[in-house]
Amino acid sequence: MAISQDAHTVKQFDLQLANLRNLVLEMGGLTEDQLKRAVAALDEEDMIAAREVILRDRLVNGMQVKADEDCVSIIALRQPLGSDLRMIMSLANTVTDLERIGDGAKKICRMAVQIYDGVSSPPSAKLLRDVTPMAALAAEMLHDSLDALARLDVEKALTIIHNDDELDQEFQSALRRLITYMMEDQRTIGHAINVVFIFKALERIGDHCKNIAEHIVYLVEGKNIQKRRNLDMSLAILAQEKSSP
Amino acid sequence: MSTTFIETKTALDTALRPATDAGKPSGVELTDYDNRQTVGNITVDHPKMVCRNVNVYYGQKQALREIGIDIGANEVIAFIGPSGCGKSTFLRCLNRMNDTIVTCRVTGQLKLDDEDIYAPDIDVVQLRARIGMVFQKPNPFPKSIYENVAYGPRIHGMVNTKAELDDLVRASLERAGLLKEVDKRMNDPGTSLSGGQQQRLCIARAIAVNPEVILMDEPCSALDPIATAKIEELIDELRENYTIVIVTHSMQQAARVSQRTAYFHLGDLIEVGETDHIFTNPKHKLTEDYITGRFG
Repeated sequence: MAISQDAHTVKQFDLQLANLRNLVLEMGGLTEDQLKRAVAALDEEDMIAAREVILRDRLVNGMQVKADEDCVSIIALRQPLGSDLRMIMSLANTVTDLERIGDGAKKICRMAVQIYDGVSSPPSAKLLRDVTPMAALAAEMLHDSLDALARLDVEKALTIIHNDDELDQEFQSALRRLITYMMEDQRTIGHAINVVFIFKALERIGDHCKNIAEHIVYLVEGKNIQKRRNLDMSLAILAQEKSSP
Repeated sequence: MSTTFIETKTALDTALRPATDAGKPSGVELTDYDNRQTVGNITVDHPKMVCRNVNVYYGQKQALREIGIDIGANEVIAFIGPSGCGKSTFLRCLNRMNDTIVTCRVTGQLKLDDEDIYAPDIDVVQLRARIGMVFQKPNPFPKSIYENVAYGPRIHGMVNTKAELDDLVRASLERAGLLKEVDKRMNDPGTSLSGGQQQRLCIARAIAVNPEVILMDEPCSALDPIATAKIEELIDELRENYTIVIVTHSMQQAARVSQRTAYFHLGDLIEVGETDHIFTNPKHKLTEDYITGRFG
């Protein structure tokens, strides 16, 4: 592992870094819980639980603010370099992704509240059938990425990056099925639109997990694979523009 | 763009695959403590100075072991490392300042533009005009500001008339960013200036003899942040015309002013690399420990 595990000469610095890392992991635990509760609320049609998730999202946001402040303070006071600098940058970026994952959980609950508003008739079960496997995949990705972060496990992080396609494919096929239902029966469109937002939220959560995994690779290896991929992508587009008449 | 979305997506997918594989752990770990081979690329495309297998002894004690490094033309290279690591000793080898220490012995190869600076026929005074030096503590001569700068060109016979000398002094002070501040008081003693001004006066004195390389041994350690910033800005401007080697204890300063950084440890050159690599992703455990403040 390309990072130092030894203690700093300045003990206070170690403490600050450890506190920051714990805060981010705690925030990760909270978002994981939010996602779990959001999916359960939708599944059990429990609107009280859904509203609670929406309220608790403020807690996630608050932790983001705290973590950001801590990052700025460490950069200003300690001028971190090397693996310390990579740690701060990765954690700061991870915090942004975790906050967005929290937003995703909130979004699912918002949609649940709209679907089960007590006015319109509840949707047929088949509309929501794809939510459970997608949610399970997203939750697993989130769990794995937090686990990889806690252990600074690059192998695991790379597995997450590779497996993100699975959730993306699930999203595409779920969307196709939804379109079929809508074409069969136009009365489902109202609910289906809300369900699309739920699918999208879950798919985005997967993307954020992949981002977190990339931050971990950068932290440990000092390699920005995200940047590298974007570079390759733009090169591919350029090459294609040139080759096409 | 005439390509369809699908085509673009296919191209992107293809581009994606090898890139993700490229992110796989290469199995390269930090070079361990015990390995004292220099990590990183010691050579550059356009070297101004080339040093190979440099060993320095103070009496029986060996202060530097097998140092090999290129100093690129028009680059600022920073030497960093804990006290006693040999960075100042190596800096002083570069213009034979160590000659003044009786017990000091230097072996190996040190070349300036392909010319061996330790060759017997080298005129050391001429050499030090080509490789100037600025010290930690500003040390103006106990003479006027004007004379401080005029002294070098005069003894090296670089000018013929008083008018030429005047021009050279003013040009040097201008390049050192000091002219505006001292224009009206050229005849005041150099020591009447503030610390930061004195250091810039010493830099003006060093560049007055038109050197090719400027060695700086902790030039800002006695200065406040504003004077430090001025010197750092000056270093950046001087880079256009000179090659600069700076020894500093401030890693932030090394990071701010240099393009390459060399890390020394107990007489060994541990790692050389581009400055932003050294400070974000060093390859040797000793470098990592030093820059992150984990030194035992």
